[in-house]
Amino acid sequence: MSFRIVVLAKQVPDTRNVGKDAMKEDGTVNRAALPAIFNPEDLNALEMALQIKDKIKETTITVLTMGPTRAAEVVRESLYRGADNGIVVSDRKVAGSDTLATSYTIAQAIKKIGNYDLVIAGRQAIDGDTAQVGPQTAEKLSCPQITYAEEIVDVNEKTIQIKRRLERGIEVVESTYPCLITVHSSAKECRNRHAKRLMKYKNAHSPSELQELSLDYTLFNEKPYLKIEEWSASDINAEDSRLGLTGSPTKVKKIENVVLTQKESKQLSSSNEDIDNLMKELIASHILG
Amino acid sequence: MANFFNDNESLKFHLSHPLMKEIIELKEDNYSDYGKYDYAPKDYEDALDSYEKVLEVVGQITGDILAVNAEDVDKEGPKIVDNEIVYAKGTQQNHEALRDSGLYGMSLPRKYGGLNFAYVPYVMAAEIVSRGDCGFANIWGLQDCAETLYEYASEEIKDEFLPKINQGYTCSMDLTEPDAGSDLQAVQLKASWDEENKVWRLNGVKRFITNGDADIKLVLARSEDGTTDGRGLSYFVYDRKEKAVTIRRIENKLGIKGSPTGELVFNNAPAKLVGDRKLGLIKYVMSLMNGARLGVGAQSVGLSEAAYREAYKYAQEREQFGKPIIQFAGVYEMLANMRAKTDAIRTLLYETARSIDIYKAIDDKSKREQIQVEEKQKLKKYQRTADILTPLLKLFSSEYANQIAYDAIQVHGGSGFMKDYAVERMYRDARILTIYEGTSQLQVVAAIRGVQNGGYLNLIKEYEAIEVKNEFSTMRKVLFEMRERYEKAYERANSFGANSEFFDFNSRRLVEMCGYLIMGHLLIIDANKCDCFTNSAELIIRMGQSKIEEAATFIENFEESSIAKYKIEGETKECEA
Repeated sequence: MSFRIVVLAKQVPDTRNVGKDAMKEDGTVNRAALPAIFNPEDLNALEMALQIKDKIKETTITVLTMGPTRAAEVVRESLYRGADNGIVVSDRKVAGSDTLATSYTIAQAIKKIGNYDLVIAGRQAIDGDTAQVGPQTAEKLSCPQITYAEEIVDVNEKTIQIKRRLERGIEVVESTYPCLITVHSSAKECRNRHAKRLMKYKNAHSPSELQELSLDYTLFNEKPYLKIEEWSASDINAEDSRLGLTGSPTKVKKIENVVLTQKESKQLSSSNEDIDNLMKELIASHILG
Repeated sequence: MANFFNDNESLKFHLSHPLMKEIIELKEDNYSDYGKYDYAPKDYEDALDSYEKVLEVVGQITGDILAVNAEDVDKEGPKIVDNEIVYAKGTQQNHEALRDSGLYGMSLPRKYGGLNFAYVPYVMAAEIVSRGDCGFANIWGLQDCAETLYEYASEEIKDEFLPKINQGYTCSMDLTEPDAGSDLQAVQLKASWDEENKVWRLNGVKRFITNGDADIKLVLARSEDGTTDGRGLSYFVYDRKEKAVTIRRIENKLGIKGSPTGELVFNNAPAKLVGDRKLGLIKYVMSLMNGARLGVGAQSVGLSEAAYREAYKYAQEREQFGKPIIQFAGVYEMLANMRAKTDAIRTLLYETARSIDIYKAIDDKSKREQIQVEEKQKLKKYQRTADILTPLLKLFSSEYANQIAYDAIQVHGGSGFMKDYAVERMYRDARILTIYEGTSQLQVVAAIRGVQNGGYLNLIKEYEAIEVKNEFSTMRKVLFEMRERYEKAYERANSFGANSEFFDFNSRRLVEMCGYLIMGHLLIIDANKCDCFTNSAELIIRMGQSKIEEAATFIENFEESSIAKYKIEGETKECEA
């Protein structure tokens, strides 16, 4: 029996290293000024998929991403770390999608992939921090979802038990398949690239990339595993009205540039008494507890 | 988020040396693995690109994991639990990260699960790992043992052990005994043939064994009854799963504390003979040693880079008398010399690695097919170069690493003496480098042959003949003069007889003179390609000039009769005043 996992991954601007030109005049993200990276929690998601593959040998991991041509980079990165293949959904029509349009697109792509057992995604992407795409996708697929996953407690070909990291503690839940999981940043970090896989897949490209690099397609005939699939809106049978800006009810009303100013600061020593007082204060102001 | 490969342009410079094309073509046997293995390169560019990409992974793991763990590993160290050595938590994590990324068995052929990397990128990985954690470089670097198995063991042994290397099985080389350190001919651990079970049995004690509880152990043992010298020793491979070795203790060391050094008792341990009997020391260990010395060279360069960077950073940040201390002559001179020494030993490291690469690859080819006369000559030429450069590299790199670590503490002032800064660990870690795999004194014994048979001089003259831009003519001129100064000193030393005590007494001075000349030339050749080395070239030549002057003056003014003054015998004389 073969087991199939679809990992959802997104290429995002690295908002963790924000400089002063990170935002444009109009308040939107200046993508050119920020390096594009693999969304951190999606790497946690990939690791969780790889852990399942370590246990269930006949597992295939497909990485699914949506974005411009260069989003194929996240597929390659996943291949280096252990994924089996990848798909980029790339179409002008999907540009400007909010979470509703994104989850629709992703769900359509997953339906096209077909017989999946698990969909695993990062809890949220660092460029939007909505944490909505995973749950919305699960709704559209009509499958159960487990959010805030931290650890696999147990997994076999019939069920999976997941430890969830919640605000006030942890919870262990079990689900049958198919099921969608969103992974929290407290989950295990993703393993590194594997030297042999890196050498094997470094020339993996999507057709659009080949075109941009003026490489020929015969590469795929010789080594089919080097092909990163690329799907358009019509490939996934999507209705145009539900895609991109048209399919996105979310409108940005106003963007404000907020500069956080330092208020009062307090000097504390490392004495038990000072720490005790600090704890009491934090509990009283509901920051802790 | 540090990457110890990407942040170091010197590595990329040495990786793109013109000789690499030939090295890779030889190593890849005209890319014959392409099509057979999905990670094999199809041409030179592809192979070089793979080297870079894999070194980037080494650089990332080292920067993000090894370097971060180094302090805790140093504090925690390994321990013995139920006759097994348990690494410090960080050490285990380092090992697993490198193993899971497929970074063991880097130089092994693909059919044994290796990456089939040439020495240059493999040594580069060793340098990078050492910069992160000098002690851990031992555990990772002992994959060298696989090289000896690959070269000399039977097909059966190769098939059994070599595929395990890439899976992360660790190695150790078990040579030293309580009474056999530098003098390995005195090894006593007994190997006897067990006719009933058709295996060799090892009995005896090994001491100071790095990574003593390794999965695969290469053991030097006395197989010939009644012999007392090196010709009675053979080489064996022992599998840890036999559980016939007791770990008596782990040494408490000054440095490289994460690397477990064990005292082992072999209790009738079953083992397999590697290669032929009686060639254990004279052939196989010598070969293994050369690899290990190259490894210490890489380790020394990595540690030097780490110590230099710590010192440089501190000198920019620390302010005294109203300005950063790097602005004071006493400090910036130290830093510039540290930089120059690091560049010098690095270029010597990769020059050595390239020579080894070429001769080993041709040698390997000669085992597969008939080779041309030209190739045979090339093999000999590069083997000779590798043989004389290896001890020189070990000598200079390890001594410089110590000087650099010493100065790195000095730059830190009082803070450097405290455990709060990494330089004190580096200083302790550096100390072993001039001792293990042959002390500096023994490197001189190995290198002096290159002085006597003119090997160094020929090499120096080859370098002199390489054309460089006009701007280097002054430096070149200084090097010519230095070379003449050396030749005169050698002549004088030699006039007392090559076997004389006079010659012996001055041998280190002569070897070092060659070292300064070679490093000076190599840096000029580098600077000719990249201006970033010009400064270091000038500094090393300036330094070498005065060192050669010092050594030459000493030899010229030295008399045979003076030797007695250096021999301290008997009780200290009473002071009569």
